[in-house]
Amino acid sequence: MSFSSTSNYIVAPALQLAVNAAVTLQKPLLLKGEPGTGKTRLAEELAESLQAPLIRWQIKSTSKAQQGLYEYDAVSRLRDSQLGSDKVHDISNYIRPGKLWQAFTQAQRPVLLIDEIDKADIEFPNDLLHELDQMEFHVYETGEQIKAQQRPIVIITSNNEKELPDAFLRRCFFHYIQFPDPNTLAQIVQVHYPNIKQRLLDKALTAFFAVRDIPNIKKKPSTSELLDWLKLLLVEDIEPQQLDGPNASLPLLGALLKNEQDTQLVEKLAFISRRRD
Amino acid sequence: MLVEFFFCLRKHGLKSSISELLDLLAALEQEVISGQVEQFYHIAKLTLVKDESQYDRFDRAFADYFEGVEEVDLAQKIPSDWLERSIQRQLSDEEKAQLQRHGGLKELLDAFAERLAEQQKRHAGGNKWIGTGGSSAFGAYGYHPEGIRIGQHGSNQRRAVKVWDQREYRDLDSDEVINHRTIQMALRSLRRFARSGAELELDLAETIRATSAKAGWLDLQWQRERHNAIKVLILFDVGGSMDDYIYECQQLFAAARSEFKQLEFFYFHNCLYEQVWKHNSRRFNEKIPLAELINRFGRDYKLIFVGDATMGPYEITHPGGSVEHWNEQPAITTMQRALNHFSKSVWLNPQPFERWHWHPSIGLLQEIMGGRMYPLSIDGLNRAIRSLL
Repeated sequence: MSFSSTSNYIVAPALQLAVNAAVTLQKPLLLKGEPGTGKTRLAEELAESLQAPLIRWQIKSTSKAQQGLYEYDAVSRLRDSQLGSDKVHDISNYIRPGKLWQAFTQAQRPVLLIDEIDKADIEFPNDLLHELDQMEFHVYETGEQIKAQQRPIVIITSNNEKELPDAFLRRCFFHYIQFPDPNTLAQIVQVHYPNIKQRLLDKALTAFFAVRDIPNIKKKPSTSELLDWLKLLLVEDIEPQQLDGPNASLPLLGALLKNEQDTQLVEKLAFISRRRD
Repeated sequence: MLVEFFFCLRKHGLKSSISELLDLLAALEQEVISGQVEQFYHIAKLTLVKDESQYDRFDRAFADYFEGVEEVDLAQKIPSDWLERSIQRQLSDEEKAQLQRHGGLKELLDAFAERLAEQQKRHAGGNKWIGTGGSSAFGAYGYHPEGIRIGQHGSNQRRAVKVWDQREYRDLDSDEVINHRTIQMALRSLRRFARSGAELELDLAETIRATSAKAGWLDLQWQRERHNAIKVLILFDVGGSMDDYIYECQQLFAAARSEFKQLEFFYFHNCLYEQVWKHNSRRFNEKIPLAELINRFGRDYKLIFVGDATMGPYEITHPGGSVEHWNEQPAITTMQRALNHFSKSVWLNPQPFERWHWHPSIGLLQEIMGGRMYPLSIDGLNRAIRSLL
C-alpha cells in the first residue's frame, strides 16, 4: 500500500514519502503550506487511491473537540419528555456520534481529514491529544468505551493562523508543502488541462512566476489561483502572444492577484518600468 | 542509533524530543525509506521538526552532522530587493552614468553578488565590512550606512548543491512578517473574559438543572454574553523618526481596534511629557494633561507605548528637553508617574532589535520601563502580551 501521483493529482516525492510514512506508522500527518497548494486535495486523493472512505471534519472558530467525539442532545430529550415520547427512556437515542466516532467505527480503515485545525480555539488541539494518541474515548452518558477497530489515517491541515501546542505537535508527523517548482507545476497544469497548448502554458507559467517574484507582494498567487487563471485564459481564448509584456498588462490579472494593494503595486511597477524605457 | 545526530540537532537549537527520535527509529525500522541519504533527510525532517521556521536550522544541523561543515551562502543571505532599493535611493546622476558603463543596474547587482561570493573565499577566517572595498565600483554609493558584518565560515569551495544545502527555508526563519492578521493573532492571547450586558444567551447547563429541578417542566435560563474584559490604553509616538514605521503602527492600531472593546489611544511625540493629544491635526490646541489620563483611567488599564524611542538622551533626562515645548519636568519623571499608576505596562518598539544598542535613548527608556521594551515583531508582541497578563 503506497501512495503516489495519480492521473489527476501530482505529488512531490518528499510529500509522498511523508504520506507513506504516516500511513505505515499510523501517525497523524500535519500539513502546512501556502493556501492553495493542495493540502485538502491530498486527503481526498489519498482516500481515493486507497479506496478508503473519507471522513472530513471541517474546523471552524466555534468548533469544540467534544463535537468530534459525540454530542448529547439534551434539548430534544427534554422536548421528547414533555411530549411523552417513548424514546426518552433510552439515553443513547440522544447521543449523536461525531466525526471521530464515525471514523473509529468504520468497517474499512478510513481517511480522517481534520481541515484547518488552526481555525479553532487555541485549546482545541490539546483536547484531542488522548483521542488521537490512543484512538479511544469514553462516553459518559452511556458508559460506553469507543475504541478504533483500526487506526484511521489522520490528515490534519493548518494555515498557520495559530501556533499549535508542542504536545500536540510531538504526536504528529509534520510536512510543509513547498510551492512547486516550474516543472512540477507544469505537470500539475497538464493534469488539469490536458489540451492546453504548450506555447500558452510556457508563456503563462513564465508570467505567473514573474508575478510571484515581485518583491513585497502581499498574497502570492498559488497553484489554485494559477489553475483558475488558466481556465479563464482558455475560456476567453487568449492568444499566447498576449501574455508577453509587463505584468500589469496581463489579461485577467484579477484571477491571480486577490489583493487591491497588490494590483496597485504591480501597476506602479509597470509605470516605473515604462518611464525608465 | 542516531544519538549523536540527535544531539547535533539539539546543539543547533532544535527542540526535538526523545519520543520524536523514537518515531524516526520506528520509521527506519519499518523500512519506509530505501537507504538513500536524501530520503533519510526527508524522513528525519518529517519526524523531528514540527515547524517550518525550524527547517533552516535543521538543514544546517544536517549539513553540520553529515559533513562537519557549516556553510552560509552570503551572497544570497542579503535580500536582493533590499539591495536594489537602497541603491536606487542613493544614486546620484554621476553614479547613474557610471552604472550605465557597467551595463545597467541588473548586471551591476549580479557582479556585486558575484564579488561578494568571491570575497568569502579569499578572506576565509577573517571578518570584513561591506563597503570598505575602496576602489570597487560598489563602494561608490556607500552601500548601506549601517553596514553588514559577514561572518566567515571556512574556505570551502561551494560544492554541488544538495537538498539541505539549498536551504530553501531560509526566509521562514527570520522574524515573521507583521501584518494585521498576525498582530491580531498575538493580541488575541490578551483576553480575559467576563460576562456583562443584557441576558441574551441561553444558559444550557443552568436550563437543564432548573428543568430537572422542576421534574421535567422546561424552564429556560438566560445569561449575559461573554466579552473580553481587558482594558487597553495605547500611546503612540507620532512624527519625526516614526514616519518610517507608519505601516507597522497602522496595522497594530487596526488589529487592536477590532480586538478590544475598551481601547483608548492617545499620541505623544518622542517621549511621554505632561500632555498627550487625541487628534494629530489639533495637537497644539487640544492637549490633554497626563494627570487627567491618570485620573480617568484606572490602574487596571494595560498601558502600551508604541514608539521608536530614538531621540537625544537629554530629551528624557532634562527639564526642557522636549523638542516641541518647554517641559518643566524631565520626561523621566512623567514616565515614572504613568508607570506608577498603571499596574501593567509595556513599550513596543518598531525599530529592529539589532539596532537598539546604537541609540542610548533606547537603553535609557528600557531601564525606565524595567526591561519591558519589546520589538514590534510577532515574537516581541507575544512576549509583551505575556508580561501584560
